[in-house]
Amino acid sequence: MAFKMSVQKYSGKISEVEIGTGEKAIKIGGENTLPFYNFDGVAGNTQKVGIEISDVYPEGWTDSFKEMYKEVADCPVKWAKYVEANTKADFICLKLVSADPNGLDKTPEECAQVAKEVAQAVSLPLVIAGCGNHEKDGKLFEKVAQTIDGYNSLFLSATEDNYKAVGAAATMAYSHKVSAESSVDINLAKQLNVLLTQLGVKSENVVMNVGSSAVGYGYEYVASTMDRIRLAAFGQNDKTLQMPIITPVSFESWNVKESIASEEDEPAWGCIEKRGIAMEISTAVSSLVGGSNAVILRHPESIETVKELVSALA
Amino acid sequence: MALKALDIFKLTPKKNCKDCGFPTCMAFCMKVASGAVEVSKCPHMSDESLAKLSEATAPLMRGIKIGAENSEYELGAETVLFRHEKTLINRNRYAVAFCECMTNEEIDAKLANIKAVNYVRIGEEMKAEMALIEYFENKEGFLNVVNRVKDSNLDLAYILVCEDAAIAKEAVEILKDKKPVVYGATKENYKEMIEVVKADKLALGVKASSLEELYATVELIQAAGYRELILDVTGENIKDTFTNAVQVRRIALKEQDRTFGYPSIVFANKLAQDNANMEVALSSVFTVKYGSIIVIDDIDYAKALPLFALRQNIYTDPQKPMRVEPKIYPINNPDENSPVIVTVDFALTYFIVSGDVERSKVPVWLAIPDAGGYSVLTAWSAGKFGGSSIANFIKESNVGEMTKNRDLIIPGKVAVLKGDIEDCLPGWNVVIGTEESMEIPKFLREYKAKKDEALANA
Ligand code: B12
Ligand code: SF4
Repeated sequence: MAFKMSVQKYSGKISEVEIGTGEKAIKIGGENTLPFYNFDGVAGNTQKVGIEISDVYPEGWTDSFKEMYKEVADCPVKWAKYVEANTKADFICLKLVSADPNGLDKTPEECAQVAKEVAQAVSLPLVIAGCGNHEKDGKLFEKVAQTIDGYNSLFLSATEDNYKAVGAAATMAYSHKVSAESSVDINLAKQLNVLLTQLGVKSENVVMNVGSSAVGYGYEYVASTMDRIRLAAFGQNDKTLQMPIITPVSFESWNVKESIASEEDEPAWGCIEKRGIAMEISTAVSSLVGGSNAVILRHPESIETVKELVSALA
Repeated sequence: MALKALDIFKLTPKKNCKDCGFPTCMAFCMKVASGAVEVSKCPHMSDESLAKLSEATAPLMRGIKIGAENSEYELGAETVLFRHEKTLINRNRYAVAFCECMTNEEIDAKLANIKAVNYVRIGEEMKAEMALIEYFENKEGFLNVVNRVKDSNLDLAYILVCEDAAIAKEAVEILKDKKPVVYGATKENYKEMIEVVKADKLALGVKASSLEELYATVELIQAAGYRELILDVTGENIKDTFTNAVQVRRIALKEQDRTFGYPSIVFANKLAQDNANMEVALSSVFTVKYGSIIVIDDIDYAKALPLFALRQNIYTDPQKPMRVEPKIYPINNPDENSPVIVTVDFALTYFIVSGDVERSKVPVWLAIPDAGGYSVLTAWSAGKFGGSSIANFIKESNVGEMTKNRDLIIPGKVAVLKGDIEDCLPGWNVVIGTEESMEIPKFLREYKAKKDEALANA
């Protein structure tokens, strides 16, 4: 037999979503192949890598970050400018931690003011992440979407509990993008996308966060969920799953023991910073190979490596 | 495997004699085609037909055994491209690279690293399983490394990288009972290389400058009668390597072309060009997508922790729930003063939590109710780990008779359950534990110190 490349043509295609404005705006999605399978068809826009910052001093982050950001971490505006100037990130993810009702419980107005100042200070696209309390995030995003109208930001995330408020504010009242977050399950991902579309949100304004975990911590479910979602989007041309995927890797990878156990507690394991970076890189590239169109990371070194890998694979 | 019932039917004697236990030959063939019954159940099949069928029903991807004794591993034998379609079978293995140019100190340093990185995660031993030793031109140096690595007595499987058949033969002689992989068959030297591996049926690594050439070379080797192969998919650059890895696996499993139905080897170390972060990235990529042996430059915990964790996840069988038995587990010899601590029956959670409780050295009764085999938050969200189910388990397990201590420590992630549990479990005091298990040792030691002090003052 003669050698022949195996080529798989799909009818389905991922939508293309633009985030941000001006020269630094990014586009994700647009592919009709599995990630980096250029031999099958159109690989779409290259995968993008963002950097996480927070609106409060990152008390819980490992020491290397506190050292790295010691001049800027008490002010989100300075912090955002710093990462724009000093890292290779394609976008900034501002996490509004201070909104947490079990924490500082700042009002949506206060948070929106911070988001606005950050948006004005940088030209990289902004992803706005909430505090994780779905009810509060609903109110929070309504206000922030209004305050930073025109910046074409992405709101992370709309969930089953708050999609009406978040979807309507971010993409209908104001012109932003919304991320639909579901819990590691193809049917849940599909259902939330359908609900958002029924509400009137245009599917080209939606990206998905289909769930994430650090490698070693239930990542097998994440891997298979992504595989199934992508195969359904391409092979079955399932329109309700043809949105790009964003994965907030750093939200998970910096919480696990491998990344945070001190060198005194685990003397054999060696440098804590190196461990955290390696966990973040491994989780990020696994997600990218699985189907993520964008990942959010914390460490500038991870960002550099992941970007280098993406451009080598593109 | 792709054989249809009709194709098999053509090979039967068509007697409809029912000796196979099926009413007709066709009914029997349909079962055979679906894989439910073995062809040999028909006693009337001619030898010739059986031979044809076994060829056609052979697995699409061969399983190749490498190494010996404690370091024997099977590679390949995969049946699906995506784990959710069934399961992935033989996990990839990581090989640490040595080369002829290394001094004894350098060799010893790597050996020490291999020895140091060895730990258990969820019941599985984690370590670099293989040593790869590379020859270029210095035979003495090469054989010295082979001997020195062997004399370390580490449990390792070996890959000898050497295209010179005569020298490869000498190295194989040294490692004879270790069943090394011999890497370096090309379209030029494959005949001599087969002579090196044939007698002991050693796996032969095949390399080529392109996929076309790799394909043609495998055809030559197969025609020469050898089938214990491992295919080098490493290309000129990262992009080519990824394409090759995917193509080889897909051509085997989807196009059902057995010429590529062999495990692969990926030289992540060469592609990474001394960038340790890039090596982690590449090793992760090829752990997810179709590397069978992944060669790395060296091993340390920063690399090992994510790679082995990722591999363990990817090769978990989705058809088998990872659960532990719901019951009371005594840890660190608890007695009538020890507290009760609760977690879920998800194997991952159990192993992490019980490991950290052991490290604390504080005696506790670890209570594991039936939580559906889910993680803490998953079980809680699914309604399988709530106040009443935890309380009922505490009552039914009679742990209250094993200890007089009425403190019940719950995972910090379900702090909200405190009230519910206390309502259902009069007399008990619910203590909210930490969110992450790694903080358990500190938490338990402080808990115990306080308890002991209170007891002393009482
Ligand atoms: C894999 C996964 C699944 C898998 C199940 C895997 C399993 N066997 O549990 C699947 C895909 C099936 C699944 C399903 C669901 N999931 Co789920 N899932 C996850 C995921 C990605 C990882 C979970 C995991 O394995 N964690 C690792 C283990 C080790 O963590 P753990 O058990 O919590 O243990 C840690 C700590 O709690 C602590 N600890 C444990 N015990 C103890 C005890 C003591 C005393 C102490 C001190 C500490 C301690 O130590 C451990 C290590 O630090 C998480 C998201 C994430 N990244 O965490 C979502 C997540 C848990 N799932 C979630 C949900 C909602 C669900 C569903 C209900 C979705 C739905 N609506 O159907 C279903 C429920 C199942 C059902 N309906 O049948 C949510 C929970 C939301 C919430 N905050 O309550 C999460 C957080 C995702 C999200 N962000 O939405 N899920
Ligand atoms: S035993 Fe063989 S010949 Fe007889 S019915 Fe079965 S398949 Fe046909």
